[in-house]
Amino acid sequence: MTVDSTAARKPRRSSKRAGAKKAAGEPELVQLLTPEGERVEHPDYSIDLSPEELRGLYRDMVLTRRFDGEATTLQRQGELGLWASLLGQEAAQIGSGRATRDDDYVFPTYREHGVAWCRGVDPTNLLGMFRGVNHGGWDPNENNFHLYTIVIGSQALHATGYAMGVAKDGADSAVIAYFGDGASSQGDVAEAFTFAAVYNAPVVFFCQNNQWAISEPTERQTRVPLYQRAQGYGFPGVRVDGNDVLAVLAVTKAALDRARTGEGPMLIEAFTYRMGAHTTSDDPTRYRLDEERELWEAKDPILRLRAHLEKQGLADEAFFAALETESDALAKRVRDTVRTMPDPEDMAMFEHTYADGHALVDEERAQFVAYQASFAEETN
Amino acid sequence: MSTQKLTIAKAINASLRTALETDPKVLVMGEDVGKLGGVFRVTDGLQKDFGEERVIDTPLAESGIVGTAIGMALRGYRPVVEIQFDGFVFPAYDQIVTQLAKMHARALGKIKLPVVIRIPYGGAIGAVEHHSESPEALFAHVAGLKVISPSNAADAYWMMQQAIQSDDPVIYFEPKRRYHDRGDVDTTAIPGPLHAARTVREGTDLTLVAYGPMVKTCLEAAAAAAEEGKSLEVLDLRSVSPIDFDAIQRSVEKTRRLVVVHEAPVFFGSGAEIAARITERCFYHLEAPVLRVGGYHAPYPPSRLEDEYLPGLDRVLDSVDRALAY
Repeated sequence: MTVDSTAARKPRRSSKRAGAKKAAGEPELVQLLTPEGERVEHPDYSIDLSPEELRGLYRDMVLTRRFDGEATTLQRQGELGLWASLLGQEAAQIGSGRATRDDDYVFPTYREHGVAWCRGVDPTNLLGMFRGVNHGGWDPNENNFHLYTIVIGSQALHATGYAMGVAKDGADSAVIAYFGDGASSQGDVAEAFTFAAVYNAPVVFFCQNNQWAISEPTERQTRVPLYQRAQGYGFPGVRVDGNDVLAVLAVTKAALDRARTGEGPMLIEAFTYRMGAHTTSDDPTRYRLDEERELWEAKDPILRLRAHLEKQGLADEAFFAALETESDALAKRVRDTVRTMPDPEDMAMFEHTYADGHALVDEERAQFVAYQASFAEETN
Repeated sequence: MSTQKLTIAKAINASLRTALETDPKVLVMGEDVGKLGGVFRVTDGLQKDFGEERVIDTPLAESGIVGTAIGMALRGYRPVVEIQFDGFVFPAYDQIVTQLAKMHARALGKIKLPVVIRIPYGGAIGAVEHHSESPEALFAHVAGLKVISPSNAADAYWMMQQAIQSDDPVIYFEPKRRYHDRGDVDTTAIPGPLHAARTVREGTDLTLVAYGPMVKTCLEAAAAAAEEGKSLEVLDLRSVSPIDFDAIQRSVEKTRRLVVVHEAPVFFGSGAEIAARITERCFYHLEAPVLRVGGYHAPYPPSRLEDEYLPGLDRVLDSVDRALAY
């Protein structure tokens, strides 16, 4: 895989870029694969992937969507308390996730199931918090993938601090912070931009603008395109077609390379769409029109790569059939794992409150044990 | 000879210096902590000796300071963060409560957050609004945080050493009105447990419990009471989370009376927790209800009124008299 990242270092302001799509009233965005599956070129970002790599990205997106759909189903069946679906955002997540190196560090929100997949986090590990058996619980350092953060925007600062530490260590790793259009209004995101800028921290801010913060459209968060926020902080920002996995991969890789070579932070706005509800508790019919969803269905990230693969003869029926089988197997594994996922022991709530212990926790744990034991005595 | 006479401010400075010298992962960060040495000069000279990479002047954004400190801790650093004044901590309160305090548990123990947050706190310095508050209970209420406050120079030195070595987040409240009080600091001593209370004056008639700036006030009250023939025991709590209830219990079982003193408002303050627990533990020993002396349920007043708001010698002695009258 080769990605031309030189452009990201010197963002151009040409208004006549080839491949730049511009809807009425909307700024242009970086696109390398049209919704119809046609490869187009962009003067600042290019990518050259082998057929195998292209099939790999397709596989990632298909499996992620299948996992996500299975999780939604499991919520409907009562196996999960809640699920935050990534439906529609597969390209934004797989493209950016596949742009990271093993030694890079990722700070997600709670919807980055596709990025987790790219980092090697077992999908079933993501389900514990939605089932209510833990609040996360995977080892962030195993895959350099931090725990999901539910409070909106907080992780942008953690990512920035981590990146400041990377720079202190003299390492050439980069850090990527995920957040959404709603989070762009949070003070923590603004402060993260400030810190990252003044310390020139090697962090990429990856904003998935999925158009909706629960019921509020992006217009309720900003009067300017979000990527333009970066300019005020003194680092580059770019809007990429978030449903174009190739463009997302090229732009994110360029931004990460830029960060790791000491050129500081960058903001990527991945322009995409939340095809589903905010979470399984949400009802989007109360605040948005079906027509909008239909417009975005025509830009589906998976269909466009499939169209490309088929038109170019880069994948045959056997590949798609095998992937279907693999998807079914993943879904079955997810179902089986969730349904047999044990509840934590009662005592678990006292564990890990502190690393070095705390007298009050010890006292209350002992009281709890005695209280529970009192029932055992009564039974005897 | 390793014992020096230091002010509390200098003792904290010396402790930070020791930590920076001995552990390359220790960082000092905050607003104005570098060239200026902090508005109270607690970090004076540290940036000159350890450089801008380790003693970091930050943007003026408290949530950003704590949030990035969390990130650096995740990277393996041990940041010691300064919040310039007590009343300025609240922009960082979200990061402290929702992230710093809970992240270790969220990760089922797989990551640690060795972050120290220094907060100069308390009144009696004639300051403007937001510069004289005592918000320790707001942090002690949060599981995952440890909350401590030294009352003297030796504790200021050693409790900072122990706070930095702790793998848990520690809120270190500095009694700013006592910054210039001097005391002997033995930098080679073997310190006691970080969260153990200390009996600073023995007595038999009543126990005064305090921490931080009020320890000195309570010692003065005990001295005044002694002139009237009353024998007061004074306990320096040192730690507000956890609280050394065993030490308070031992003392109260002896004296049978307890008065808790802090600058923070009495309502829902640490004294309320101490009163409840000691009443439960010492119900049959107590000769009087546990009384509390502290701030009122009103915004910290303009400084011309703070002598009336803060617990002073007379208000402590008034409560002592009330407790002894039962």
